[in-house]
Amino acid sequence: MKYDELKVIAKSMRKNILTMIYKAKSGHPGGSLSAVEIMVYLYYKEMKIDSPIDENRDRFVLSKGHGAPVLYAVLMEKGFISKDLIPTLRQIDSKLQGHPDMKKLPGVEASTGSLGQGLSIANGMALAFKLDKKPNRVFALLGDGEINEGMIWEAAMLASHYNLDNLTAVLDHNGLQIDGKNEDVMTIEPIDKKFEAFGWHVIKTEGHSFESLEKAFEERKTIKGKPAIIIANTIKGKGCSFMENQAGWHGKAPNEGEFCKAMEEMGDIGDKTEGGGYNG
Amino acid sequence: MAKATREAYGEALKKLAASNPDIVVLDADLSGSTKTSEFKKVSPERFFNVGIAEQNLIGTAAGLSLAGKIPFASSFAMFAAGRAFEIIRNTVAYPALNVKIAATHAGLTVGEDGGSHQAIEDISLMRTIPNMVVINPADSREAEQAVLKAAEYVGPVYIRLGRMAVEDVYTDSYVFEWGKGVLLRDGKDVSIIATGLMVQEALKAHEILKEDGINAKVINIHTIKPIDRDLIIRAAKETKAIVTAEEHSVIGGLGSAVLEVLSDEYPVPLKRVGILDTFGESGKPKDLLQKYRLTADEIVRQVKEVIKF
Repeated sequence: MKYDELKVIAKSMRKNILTMIYKAKSGHPGGSLSAVEIMVYLYYKEMKIDSPIDENRDRFVLSKGHGAPVLYAVLMEKGFISKDLIPTLRQIDSKLQGHPDMKKLPGVEASTGSLGQGLSIANGMALAFKLDKKPNRVFALLGDGEINEGMIWEAAMLASHYNLDNLTAVLDHNGLQIDGKNEDVMTIEPIDKKFEAFGWHVIKTEGHSFESLEKAFEERKTIKGKPAIIIANTIKGKGCSFMENQAGWHGKAPNEGEFCKAMEEMGDIGDKTEGGGYNG
Repeated sequence: MAKATREAYGEALKKLAASNPDIVVLDADLSGSTKTSEFKKVSPERFFNVGIAEQNLIGTAAGLSLAGKIPFASSFAMFAAGRAFEIIRNTVAYPALNVKIAATHAGLTVGEDGGSHQAIEDISLMRTIPNMVVINPADSREAEQAVLKAAEYVGPVYIRLGRMAVEDVYTDSYVFEWGKGVLLRDGKDVSIIATGLMVQEALKAHEILKEDGINAKVINIHTIKPIDRDLIIRAAKETKAIVTAEEHSVIGGLGSAVLEVLSDEYPVPLKRVGILDTFGESGKPKDLLQKYRLTADEIVRQVKEVIKF
């Protein structure tokens, strides 16, 4: 798939994310919008996933479970779930729970939401595939606030101890968490050196550039015998001017005026204007 | 023959290693004590030590189950049920994953390590979680069968195991039935409903009471969740008085579970033998059981109180 086509998908996902959260009147737009290109790249270029139930599929774990709307949006684009679900996010009896629930929605590989647990889950999957000598690979998307959790570092040790080269973590490094900037809440830098010290191969990339993401994932394929993390620099709220780099948009829904403005900014799906979602 | 339920766990794991290629075992640097080392000896490639990291122990087990394995994850009850509680709740039980948590060194009989290591609230913590099965075997035969049955059951299971050797309650002919309490002695005056190592004390209490002309029914509840409601209600109807006995806090454990059933269905007077909302301490297991009144004599005393109502 060409980058232009991926851009169209990204734009559609952004609009669906905002529509879901606007209709729900709650949800997490900031960290969903920052991960759009990463998710598009994973589901359209990197992972082997033709169906959400195929045994040979690669697995994706959304460790930052509050980014549920971006996962739902990509599953919709892939045709794994219906776009009719858009107005049901966070509503009673919906398959689109506030945080992903694998029992309710096909395509969700693990129920997440309580932070810091997804990397361990991904490790377990990767161990099982290695044990069975299966080619399936495992990908986990981590938030840069989430990695404050100690369990992430327990999992980071395990992944390198067991040489999990079928595991790739992607860090959605948007620099913000609920209470503000990472460095004001809890310093995570030098995050690359930390993972290197834990025995990981570290790749830095620009998380809104498909070209840059492609380079990163291609580099990852050349590394054997160890887990890898792609640290993707992103912009929280990317594609929606008034949300970009604003911690306040971590977990807040747009009102009607804000929603309309955001949708207008993004332009029509399918046109070739930059709209939101691409600066690569 | 006296044998610890954790020993039986190790033996059951060895059998599972041979019989089921999907079984994997995880431990958090306590494999010699939890007896998962027995599995490691025969199937090292399917054994994963996660280091001293109980949250990761449970999370990794969850991932293994999602890729088709049947993981048994072990640590001491304090760290498995306690430290990893929220991971068990959200990552294992919420999606009903096929993860077995076999927690050893439960209760006061950890002994000399003291109060910091004596889990007296794990049954309470585990049984409050939806989807979770909670099993507390009374002797080594029951423990071995419970482990083998847990491997067949699809869904999360918490198995509570002890450090100390416990007397046999059963013979080789015993057949463990999932979710069914076991009537060990029949009686008409009172029912003693016990779990874990307190079952042997309940049987001793039955003999002491017999000498006083009190005829006590003795029931072993090995599966605390889902609990055998029918057997408990029948006991309440037949004897009109109940004493529960457990090596666990009187808050939230077997006693509470029985009270919940009776309150819903058929209230009768009930006294609980257990740890009275206090922490344990260092000491020999037998001395601790005496000091904290987890004894046949205490069951007898409570029986004599409860039948006065």
